[in-house]
Amino acid sequence: MAALLQLDQITIRFGGLTAVSEVTATVQTGELVGLIGPNGAGKTTVFNMITGVYQPSGGRIQFRGRSTAGLRPFEITELGIARTFQNIRLFPSLSVFDNVRVAFHLHLKHAAIHSLSRGPKFHAEEEELREATLGLLKIFNLERVQNEPAKSLPYGDQRRLEIIRALATRPQLLLLDEPAAGMNPAEKVELMRLIQFIRDQFQLAILLVEHDMKVVMGVCQRIHVLEYGRKIAEGTPQQIRANPAVIAAYLGQESTAA
Amino acid sequence: MLPRSQILLLASLILAGVVSAFSGNMDTYFLDVAMGVGISVVLASSLNLINGFTGQFSLGHAGFMAVGAYTSAMITTTLGPKFGWSQLGLQWVLFPASLLVGGLLSALAGLAVGAPSLRLKGDYLAIVTLGFGEIIKVVLQNVEAVGGARGLVAVPGHTNLFWTFGTAALTVYVVWALMNSTYGRGFLAVADDEVAAEAMGLNTTRYKIIAFAVGSFFAGIAGGLYAHLKGYLNPTGFDFNKSIEIVIMVILGGMGKHVGVIVAAVVLTAVQEPLRQLGDWRMILYALILILLMILRPQGLFVWPLWTKKTT
Repeated sequence: MAALLQLDQITIRFGGLTAVSEVTATVQTGELVGLIGPNGAGKTTVFNMITGVYQPSGGRIQFRGRSTAGLRPFEITELGIARTFQNIRLFPSLSVFDNVRVAFHLHLKHAAIHSLSRGPKFHAEEEELREATLGLLKIFNLERVQNEPAKSLPYGDQRRLEIIRALATRPQLLLLDEPAAGMNPAEKVELMRLIQFIRDQFQLAILLVEHDMKVVMGVCQRIHVLEYGRKIAEGTPQQIRANPAVIAAYLGQESTAA
Repeated sequence: MLPRSQILLLASLILAGVVSAFSGNMDTYFLDVAMGVGISVVLASSLNLINGFTGQFSLGHAGFMAVGAYTSAMITTTLGPKFGWSQLGLQWVLFPASLLVGGLLSALAGLAVGAPSLRLKGDYLAIVTLGFGEIIKVVLQNVEAVGGARGLVAVPGHTNLFWTFGTAALTVYVVWALMNSTYGRGFLAVADDEVAAEAMGLNTTRYKIIAFAVGSFFAGIAGGLYAHLKGYLNPTGFDFNKSIEIVIMVILGGMGKHVGVIVAAVVLTAVQEPLRQLGDWRMILYALILILLMILRPQGLFVWPLWTKKTT
């Protein structure tokens, strides 16, 4: 069976700098995959190429057997890839409810003109979306703050809201960019539970960029490791933990001279 | 059964029609000011769609207004005398048709300016739209067929209370209805964070183009109303100052606020009458008001709640 997401030798250069070099990786349907590496290894850049923010200078990206070359970010979301951002990017002035509601956009049957005519079908769909939005918020216990502006939420809730918003696009692949950043240990444990819950409940694949080893090792079935834009290892958490190249990348090489 | 918003729109139209029918013996000066107020509401609400809700920065609204004003005035002045129109036919058929054509042409101009320049943001977009407004003005000054720098004279006075306030009600309804739908929340999302909006599957370019097209459509209609209210068009009436005047209404009312912007449009238009004796000092007063406002009430003057308790 073909992989859900296939990265084939993808490379991107910014001027003279090769930020990501010939990275090949796959994510299978329903799989929970980690993408790790030291700071500046190119993890977020890989995310930005998958989601169409950057066009790769070389190599191919295929999602569900379709090349994503030349597609704009919203078109890639339409194919079934949703993401969160390293620095939370909610719609700060919109309410919590509207942040989620707006992400149902791809599944809307009405367009600008129908908001003017406001016929029975329009109202029926709006009601449907209201319930779908509330349903999602309820699963994640955010329905009691649905009318608050998104920017007023505490940090951890903002992270969760960003994930909910991504889920509203009904993706088959969810990209999470450092969801544990800035969380305390208790919140991290909660997050691990949440990630697994989302995978099972929504039946999607998750690609997770994360610095926190405990989180990555705890939830991922398979892990890709990047260093200086190159892939240096791939395997199960046990294999990655024992991989000398990975240990060297994180802890530095043992000096042979001394 | 119609939705409440549409009943309200219908009621406004009927009210405008009834008041208009009894306006025969109203003071002409008062009528003139009142219609000016209605036109301002159309201009400010339509610009609010672009600058307020969608977060773009257009400085060319007077340019779009000029396109509509000249188009509709040319239609009524050239087609009006032909075909033996009755007064009723002129005011209730030819005139609204000319407004519509003016609005459509203006929307087309909005697309022509918008489509290539919407990759630009903030100040860059402002400069492009400012350039557009100035080009329109210079073109009008140099085309003899529309009167050139002398202006277009003897435009028939078809504008009445019904057309101005009917259009105003329609504009407010359209902008309100666009915003109050799941689709319409996309405009606000684009204003908040374009990258995130794209990532959620929103075609941000399409949103911006719709905002520009709808906004300039109503600016064009406002222009047509203005032409048939004043009876005389001069290219310099659609210069940078006019655009700024509309921008000020939007900022003063609170970007992206429906009622605030309407109130600001009404107040700022009406207050010009007593200020007229100040002549050029008027713009200086405007500037001062803006500066004070930015310092004291950056969220806009008429944003509810008017007073909030400071939480410390």
